[in-house]
Amino acid sequence: MDLNYTDDQIAFRNEVRNFLRDNLPPRLSDKVRDGKELTKQDHEEWHAILNSRGWLAGNWPKEHGGTGWDAVQRNIFEDEMTKANAPRIVPFGLAMLGPVLMAFGSDDQKGYWLPRILDGSDWWCQGYSEPGAGSDLASVRTSALRDGDDYIVNGQKTWTTLGQHANMIFCLVRTSKEGKRQEGISFLLVDMNSPGIEVRPIVLIDGGAEVNEVFLDNVRVPAANLVGEENKGWTYAKYLLTHERTNIAGVGFASAGLETLKRIARAELSGGQPLIKNPLFAARIGQVQIDLMAMATTNLRVVSAAAAGQAPGAESSMLKVKGTQVRQEINALTMQAIGPYAMPFVSEALEGDNDPVGPAYAQAPTGQYLNNRKLSIYGGSNEVQRSIIAKAILEL
Amino acid sequence: MNFNLTEERQMLQDGLRRFLRDQYTPDLLAQIADSDTGTSTDVWNGLAEMGVIGALFNEDQGGFGGAGFDIAVVAEELGRVGATDPLIDTGILGGGLIAALGTDEQQSMLEDIIAGKHHVALAHAEPGSRYDLSRVSTAVTDGKLTGRKAVVVNGGAADTLIVSARTSGDVADQDGISLFLVAVNASGLTRRIYPLTGGGHAAEITLDDTPATPLGDAGQAYAALATAHARATCAISAEAVGLMDAIRVLTTDYLKTRKQFGQPIGKFQALQHRMADVLIEIEQARSAVINLAGHLEAEPATRDIHVAATKTLIGQVARLVAEEAIQMHGGIGMTQEYALAHLAKRLVMVDHRFGDTLYHMDRFIALAVA
Repeated sequence: MDLNYTDDQIAFRNEVRNFLRDNLPPRLSDKVRDGKELTKQDHEEWHAILNSRGWLAGNWPKEHGGTGWDAVQRNIFEDEMTKANAPRIVPFGLAMLGPVLMAFGSDDQKGYWLPRILDGSDWWCQGYSEPGAGSDLASVRTSALRDGDDYIVNGQKTWTTLGQHANMIFCLVRTSKEGKRQEGISFLLVDMNSPGIEVRPIVLIDGGAEVNEVFLDNVRVPAANLVGEENKGWTYAKYLLTHERTNIAGVGFASAGLETLKRIARAELSGGQPLIKNPLFAARIGQVQIDLMAMATTNLRVVSAAAAGQAPGAESSMLKVKGTQVRQEINALTMQAIGPYAMPFVSEALEGDNDPVGPAYAQAPTGQYLNNRKLSIYGGSNEVQRSIIAKAILEL
Repeated sequence: MNFNLTEERQMLQDGLRRFLRDQYTPDLLAQIADSDTGTSTDVWNGLAEMGVIGALFNEDQGGFGGAGFDIAVVAEELGRVGATDPLIDTGILGGGLIAALGTDEQQSMLEDIIAGKHHVALAHAEPGSRYDLSRVSTAVTDGKLTGRKAVVVNGGAADTLIVSARTSGDVADQDGISLFLVAVNASGLTRRIYPLTGGGHAAEITLDDTPATPLGDAGQAYAALATAHARATCAISAEAVGLMDAIRVLTTDYLKTRKQFGQPIGKFQALQHRMADVLIEIEQARSAVINLAGHLEAEPATRDIHVAATKTLIGQVARLVAEEAIQMHGGIGMTQEYALAHLAKRLVMVDHRFGDTLYHMDRFIALAVA
């Protein structure tokens, strides 16, 4: 047992730190720190900076233009990125589709799509959820019928995050109604500019519109865009979900959120004293800080097992539940900390430069609290995670 | 960064686990519960022979370990069987303080302690001092001690006591606390020995002009007491994780075998999700122990943040695991005879030694929040 990083790992951390200090535009880190919405151009700018250093694809092997980092290095990188308020790397192409193509795509697909993910030619979004298929993903109904060299796709996808920016979507589609529900699903790459596709924003509880509905009406998709074999899409989808769950604990987000919470609690007054001196409030901060300290180590245990070659299994479900609990508690406490200034609806302030109502730090917490209710819902709701834990670990 | 045990610790863990599994039969637990001392001489001698007591001391002290992870490995295994052997009292507190403060002559006791020939208890807390480490009012007059000591764990089996007393300063000052070695048969010393809810025995001790030998410099014992308590907190926290694991196994097995409404009750989602939460919290507790064990040799300011964080979390998870296990077992979980009873009681009592959740949250806020 040794909780310290090796000399190599410390050197790597310093390298990442120095890079971020020299290359992360303050304009972007200020936006992230203040919880403002990033534009498509903001994301693309940051991706290009990372790509020019060769650090955009942290979980890809070198042969495909990735970093070849192990799990510990990836964790260090993500940690430093969050501490520096760097924009989060948009995960759909890099963290989700890329690994699926590498594992199951044809050589042509790898050769064509992977470089386009790295250089920003394509912005991918995820076509998994449907109105009738949320936690129960195997009940997808969007159909793809073979017609010559094409598939004809009909159906509706929903909760498509940042779909408004995307030119490509990877979809789970039903290609067969035979056998078990899971056996008739295929994994298809669809051009968002195809005739018959319509994207409609869904305004969320915080006033933002980061997710969309995607309607597919007789959309023609070349059969060459089928990944792997027809009717094997469920296997690929599950593979993708295990990649989606790396960094699921969100330790970096939680640490940054805790710092913000303390900064606000020192500035806010309660009974004429800094709020952080209020014993009841201090105890709630203390509780979430203690939970986070333990969770950070649980995360490192899973990460270092992964670096040693053990596949993270249901452990990631534990991290998902605990990680989202911690982050949601920090969000709730931060909103509580700003007191009455939680009430003004400041959606515009998140996007523009309007004169804020109340202190600058009071602009984001309410929206973030509301927005992050999603954490325990998406990526497999926390209830689904508990069922996975019960079956896979406890064998109930 | 590495979360694997060293080969030596792995061997110690494997050997100790086998030994305790063989020794700790229900009969032995019953026998210990009925004994006057709350310990088993056979088991204690076996532990000494295996080098388990020696693992709590470093090489200079005559042992072969002494680091946080040595303590954690040993204590977790004891917890796994609900063992009540006073490793914390004789080894970590007693032996640890003698090793830290003793003269060469006093240090010679360590060899016998490691060999299992001594039992020691720390008589520090007093009625009303609760968990305050610096609140000591036992008085010293002409080198003799007068005062009362509360819930002295292992005070029944011990032949030697380490007694704290105030030689200067106010009642709660860190300066002015001194330690003394006192034989249990010393004049003016009376013990009221009683069994503990979580197993083992303790004593209420009254000192009336009792002769004592100083251990360490007068008035300077606080730092050593704090270190000993940090190490003991690491041990009891690791022991708690062992208890939690044992309870988890017992409860999961029960969920798989107990049938109601025509199926194993573990098939009910209401229970599956609660058990999943229990598992998540046990992993949190395990990580908390790793954090403390890994920072036990750090400078006191850092160490104490981890002492406070870990013990707070352990106390919370201990209660959750014990209560959920009893609830999910239903009626059988309420019976004294069933194995869960002892494990659950011992786990709940963890929060009542070396500071509870309230005490440690208070400390954590002072050290790491405000």
